[in-house]
Amino acid sequence: MSAAIEGTFGGAGRRSLALPVTGLWRNGLLAAGTWLLASAVTYGLPDVITWGATELFAIVTLLGAAFFLVLSVTVHRLGGLGRTLVHYGPWFIVLGLWLAIWEVLTAKLGWLPKPFFSPPQGLLHVYVTDWERLLICVAYTGRLWGLGFFSGILVGFAGGVALGWSKRFAYWGMPLLKLIGPVPASAWIPCTFFLFPTTFHASIFLVALASGIPVAILTAAGVGQVNRSFYDVARTLGASNRFLIFKVAIPASLPNVFVGVFMGLYYSFAVLVVAEMLGAKFGLGWYLQFNTAYSAYANVYAALIIMALICAGLVRLLFVVRDRLLGWQKGIL
Amino acid sequence: MALAPAENAVANSIALDIEGVTHHYDLDGRNLQVLDDVSLVIEPGEFVALLGPSGCGKSTLLRLAAGLETPTVGNVLEDGLPIAAPNPDRILVFQDATLFPWRTVRDNVAIGLEARGLIREREYRIDEVLKLVKLEGFADVYPHQLSGGMAQRAALARALVNDPKLLLLDEPFGKLDSLTRLRMQNELLDLWKSAGFTALLVTHDVEEALLLADRVIVLSDRPASIVAEVRVDRPHPRRRDDAGLVALRRELLEKLGISHDV
Ligand SMILES: Nc1ncnc2c1ncn2[C@@H]1O[C@H](COP(=O)(O)OP(=O)(O)OP(=O)(O)O)[C@@H](O)[C@H]1O
Ligand SMILES: [Mg+2]
Repeated sequence: MSAAIEGTFGGAGRRSLALPVTGLWRNGLLAAGTWLLASAVTYGLPDVITWGATELFAIVTLLGAAFFLVLSVTVHRLGGLGRTLVHYGPWFIVLGLWLAIWEVLTAKLGWLPKPFFSPPQGLLHVYVTDWERLLICVAYTGRLWGLGFFSGILVGFAGGVALGWSKRFAYWGMPLLKLIGPVPASAWIPCTFFLFPTTFHASIFLVALASGIPVAILTAAGVGQVNRSFYDVARTLGASNRFLIFKVAIPASLPNVFVGVFMGLYYSFAVLVVAEMLGAKFGLGWYLQFNTAYSAYANVYAALIIMALICAGLVRLLFVVRDRLLGWQKGIL
Repeated sequence: MALAPAENAVANSIALDIEGVTHHYDLDGRNLQVLDDVSLVIEPGEFVALLGPSGCGKSTLLRLAAGLETPTVGNVLEDGLPIAAPNPDRILVFQDATLFPWRTVRDNVAIGLEARGLIREREYRIDEVLKLVKLEGFADVYPHQLSGGMAQRAALARALVNDPKLLLLDEPFGKLDSLTRLRMQNELLDLWKSAGFTALLVTHDVEEALLLADRVIVLSDRPASIVAEVRVDRPHPRRRDDAGLVALRRELLEKLGISHDV
């Protein structure tokens, strides 16, 4: 990844990395410049369309510029955090540029018109005025997602192991799984209404289904692909079937299981909107639909950004868990 | 040696009888005969070496003795009883080390004890066998961090920790350098003398067979049948320049050469 960044930015990143400890962080200075530009454009040029938080956004970007200015001389004293910041230096520069361009195209020129687009201060306005509701939505979505995702991957994992291990299970289960797999979540809504006592349960089911199916398929494939000689070795050493499943098949297929969990994570986020169609009163998915219906696209974008950030955070967390559990893979892959 | 024989008087070796065994494999729908009427009686505590050309069915014979397969025709018996399933009394050290990549060397060695619920009482044995195969400094590394020879030694340790009564060895020293190989051969010999198990060793090294075994069996090309059987009545430690062994070596090479030409 760092190689890609350095390649794209003509080695700017590499040069700043090579600076002596006491030197100036050139990319920090450049980032301060682009953020200042964004701030100046926002404050200095007149808006063609008025949006609430123009001045606030100018202040925020100005603070950002000041922040990078300070960092450009102090970053080398920050140790590990500093190195991470330096690594993402080119991103900070581009982010400032992007904010400036976005600002000009929307609020200043009106080329990207209301209500389909929103300038950055439009989103900022949403966060400032609607943060309470957004927080509640995050909490509701968190509850739904947590219950659905974890029950889904648990059942998917257990089912996948059974499918991969037992021929009879595979005979009946695999065709069913292949039939169910491609059915879009919204198609389940009618029967979930009938099957589950409350719409909340139905929503949990939809999220669980979306995250459980890839886990089941990949776990089954993983267990099916385990090198036969591992079983032979374990059997000559006195392993029971139970031992073969829990100490050979499962650890050997864990890399596959994680691929399934990553896919399940993405699918579960994609299905949240559908799941929260079922009479939910709060939740990010509900928030998206509600505001789409009223053409309040700034709110939609604001909620989407929150969802994307949460999803990215969870992916990051999952990587940490995977690296902890699959440390033995280092040096093989 | 560091490894004391079992405390009580329970036999720590078993007899292996291979009675008229013929074995077929199904190779992509094609029937492949691998063993042809092989009969072999191995006494308890005996050390037998198997020689034969590549692909003749040596590993197959060991798999049958381990109970991983049942012969198409004939019987494989331990102490007179048919072998129906694998049992940790009979342990096979596979031709490839086949260490579990997600377990450290120590945890690989521990598998047999874990599987049988003996890990608590016999955990100390893990360090003993690791020392025996000179891997005590590598107990906590993962298999992919080992050399091929070290992996083979770890696989040997994984078998030895279970105190087998029949040890089936499939070219266990194939990837070792000649010095380590010599040392491991001596260790194995000492171990065999002190622990008293029955040993069946597959090797392609005639000298190794002569240095270690009481009896050397030569197999023909596939389908394998026994073409020669040589008793080595020399006391240990044996010297490779011993005139008797040199004569036997020439005899065996001749037998193998003939089987190559056919
Ligand atoms: N599981 C199997 N299915 C089908 N054929 C097999 C199987 N295992 C072995 N064979 C065949 O049986 C024959 C004997 O194999 P085996 O592994 O016993 O040979 P080997 O004597 O140990 O050879 P080497 O010295 O090269 O290890 C080979 O031709 C091989 O293709
Ligand atoms: Mg072989």
